[in-house]
Amino acid sequence: MESLGLLLDGFAAALTPVNLLYALVGVTLGTLVGVLPGIGPAMTVALLLPITFTVPPASAFIMFAGIYYGGMYGGSTTSILLNTPGESSSMITALEGNKMARRGRAAQALATAAIGSFVAGTIATALLVFAAPAVVSFAISFGPEDYFALAILAFTAVSSVLSRSVVRGLASLVLGLAIGLVGIDQQTGQARLTLGVPQLLDGIDVVIVAVGLFAVGEALYVASRLRHAPPDVVPVGRAWMGRSDWGRSWRPWLRGTALGFPFGALPGGGAEIPTFLSYAAEKRLARGVAREEYGKGAIEGVAGPEAANNASAAGTLVPLLTLGLPTSATAAIMLAAFQQYGLQPGPQLFDHNPALVWAMIASLFIGNTMLLVLNLPLAPVWAKLLRIPRPYLYSGIILFAALGVYALNASAVDLVVLFVLGLLGFAMRRFGLPVAPAVIGMILGPMAEIQLRRALAIGAGDVTVLVGSPVAVVLLVLSLLALLTPLLRGFMARRRMPPLPVSHED
Amino acid sequence: MRLRIIAALAAFSVALAGCGGGSGGGTTTLRIMAPASPGGGWDQTSRTAEQALKSVAPDRGVEVFNVPGAGGTIGLAQLAGEKGNGNLLMTMGLVMVGAIEQNKSKVTLAETTPIAKLTEEYEIVVVPAESPLQSLQDLVAAWKADPAKVSVAGGSAGGTDHIVAGLMAKAAGVDPKQVNYIAHSGGGEALNALLGNKVTIGVSGVGEFAEHVKSGKLRALGVTSGERLPDLDAPTVKEGGLDVELANWRGFVAPGGLDDADRQALTDLVTKMRDSQPWKDAVAKNGWIDSFMTGQEFDAYLKSEETRVKGIIAEMGLVS
Repeated sequence: MESLGLLLDGFAAALTPVNLLYALVGVTLGTLVGVLPGIGPAMTVALLLPITFTVPPASAFIMFAGIYYGGMYGGSTTSILLNTPGESSSMITALEGNKMARRGRAAQALATAAIGSFVAGTIATALLVFAAPAVVSFAISFGPEDYFALAILAFTAVSSVLSRSVVRGLASLVLGLAIGLVGIDQQTGQARLTLGVPQLLDGIDVVIVAVGLFAVGEALYVASRLRHAPPDVVPVGRAWMGRSDWGRSWRPWLRGTALGFPFGALPGGGAEIPTFLSYAAEKRLARGVAREEYGKGAIEGVAGPEAANNASAAGTLVPLLTLGLPTSATAAIMLAAFQQYGLQPGPQLFDHNPALVWAMIASLFIGNTMLLVLNLPLAPVWAKLLRIPRPYLYSGIILFAALGVYALNASAVDLVVLFVLGLLGFAMRRFGLPVAPAVIGMILGPMAEIQLRRALAIGAGDVTVLVGSPVAVVLLVLSLLALLTPLLRGFMARRRMPPLPVSHED
Repeated sequence: MRLRIIAALAAFSVALAGCGGGSGGGTTTLRIMAPASPGGGWDQTSRTAEQALKSVAPDRGVEVFNVPGAGGTIGLAQLAGEKGNGNLLMTMGLVMVGAIEQNKSKVTLAETTPIAKLTEEYEIVVVPAESPLQSLQDLVAAWKADPAKVSVAGGSAGGTDHIVAGLMAKAAGVDPKQVNYIAHSGGGEALNALLGNKVTIGVSGVGEFAEHVKSGKLRALGVTSGERLPDLDAPTVKEGGLDVELANWRGFVAPGGLDDADRQALTDLVTKMRDSQPWKDAVAKNGWIDSFMTGQEFDAYLKSEETRVKGIIAEMGLVS
């Protein structure tokens, strides 16, 4: 229990008034940039890097960690209320979260997101203290063939639960895959689908795609219906989570944490894939009321993914601190911050600078608590945002979306891309294509492609490398199961009862 | 009330957007463009220079802004539009020379005014600790036996790491097109592949791998410097019998069409910055090598690097 003693020393160091202030500034800033689409924690930390010239290391890292966790919290707020994900990792939250908000359960959705983030963040930070070495060796053993199998699993798990109509789901997925192809091919350096526009050489940022398809598309769609139908009034509903909400949330929180933490530690695992998997898992496991509510605003679909994205933020710190291996953009910039102080994260860091490391880990617990205190009372306040008349609300969203996207690269081309994608999102809604598979395809497609090509290149073209590792085999078997179970279940059901008339609800 | 909330949020995002874009400033403000996202090498160089410049010219505003994209060529195109502006510098380096070639950029370095070369970082060739390859000779033998079996992990296709791999293959008598290069994006992906023993060799900046070489997780086969590096126990690539010497250098250029007085003023300012204590401290801290060069000397260096990079990129089959 040597770690525990060191952790207590860390708390002593982190609990100074000055450091608490840095933690507060960090989590507040993090929440704000999380709310804004386009500006993410990575960019915020990068812009704040120069403070490393003047601020002592412990304080700076306490603030950076606060920004990182805060960003994961803030991203969910706009997802739930406005169907506008602030970060790509909170995209899945919009699916059920926004439906809950429209049924007057915005406050509950926000609360389960905030508490789930807190629970996941706390458990994952505890795991960071005690399970770091095991997680690291697992992450390093992951090869390209394993990543490819993982992407396949995410594809099958998600596409089998996302859309009622398989054809429409696939059409949307293919659109996303095509968008994901734009830019320089990483393996050969050749430009693809860039139409000779140099600004497209680096590909289209996933934030632009998510904001364009979700937010701008939604705003245009709402605008187009305003004259035809009176806007439905959003019921206000109760302010806090009821007993059944708690009962339905705690398991998804824990499952989300279990998925998110190891994925954060994987380079390229990111915060998105565990949210997809958590959503798919919760939908599969849903029984009774939850099963009926899925697609109309089930609280499980918010609790699980929100826990997963926060747990992955903590998971990211494991390889960063123990190996000096950054697995996300924010972690890469935090690594640069370490180097600014002449510190090299890695096995030696825990031995040479234990005070700094443990103060930072302690500050993660403190920051998490602060975020809960900051966000929970705000949930009913935020929920009132929905009472703003639609025309004002949605013009505000478009302004927001445009500003956020412009802030990404200060590039006018990005704005054009945003609005083109917005029109695409509008058309998809108009013709009943689900939007989420497109964004998922755009995130997973390039990853699956690059890992497949890497695996084949390393194996000098031998296809059997794809099933050459036990992890890959297990993942591929799981994906096969994900594909086959609905078919089997449908087959069994058909044998037992007469066929039901097919319903077209959306 | 509601409208006020929206207005306040909008104002906040404008403020943040302003930080990102960094528009305007007085005529005496010196602006430094980092043609990459915050956090990378060019951004770090620019922000270090900002601090150092403020220490030598306290009355002059200095401001860094980022124009990311396409290996810096988006920033280069923007710089070309600022013809004759004597208050603007752009950080650039070897990677941009390659990107101009590979992306068929319409604007080239001929449309800029070279100011100074600032720093260099050498490249290092490593293998996982478990690898059977003990030396560069072993690598050459493996390469000659079957180039496809030697997977090389490094950064983006056509970047410095890839160029080093291509130059080494060529020196070893292997067709650079045959190099089985596995490009990785940043974020430690290449390091992960090496630590997991998934690839044969890895190429990257010395700083990326040095810690892991010291801790014994990776073994260094060679560094691309002329002499051995003082704080790292590794032979040079030249000692290993491959005549390859390459530094990932970074420097400043200004817009084209600058008059001589402006060019001299910028050169003097940057020279003063290079001699300042904050710059020297930062160079030491980041493990950079001071390789200051200005005027005719830098002009000539740029031209020779352009020729060399153009040649090897074509030989590696990267330009269609």
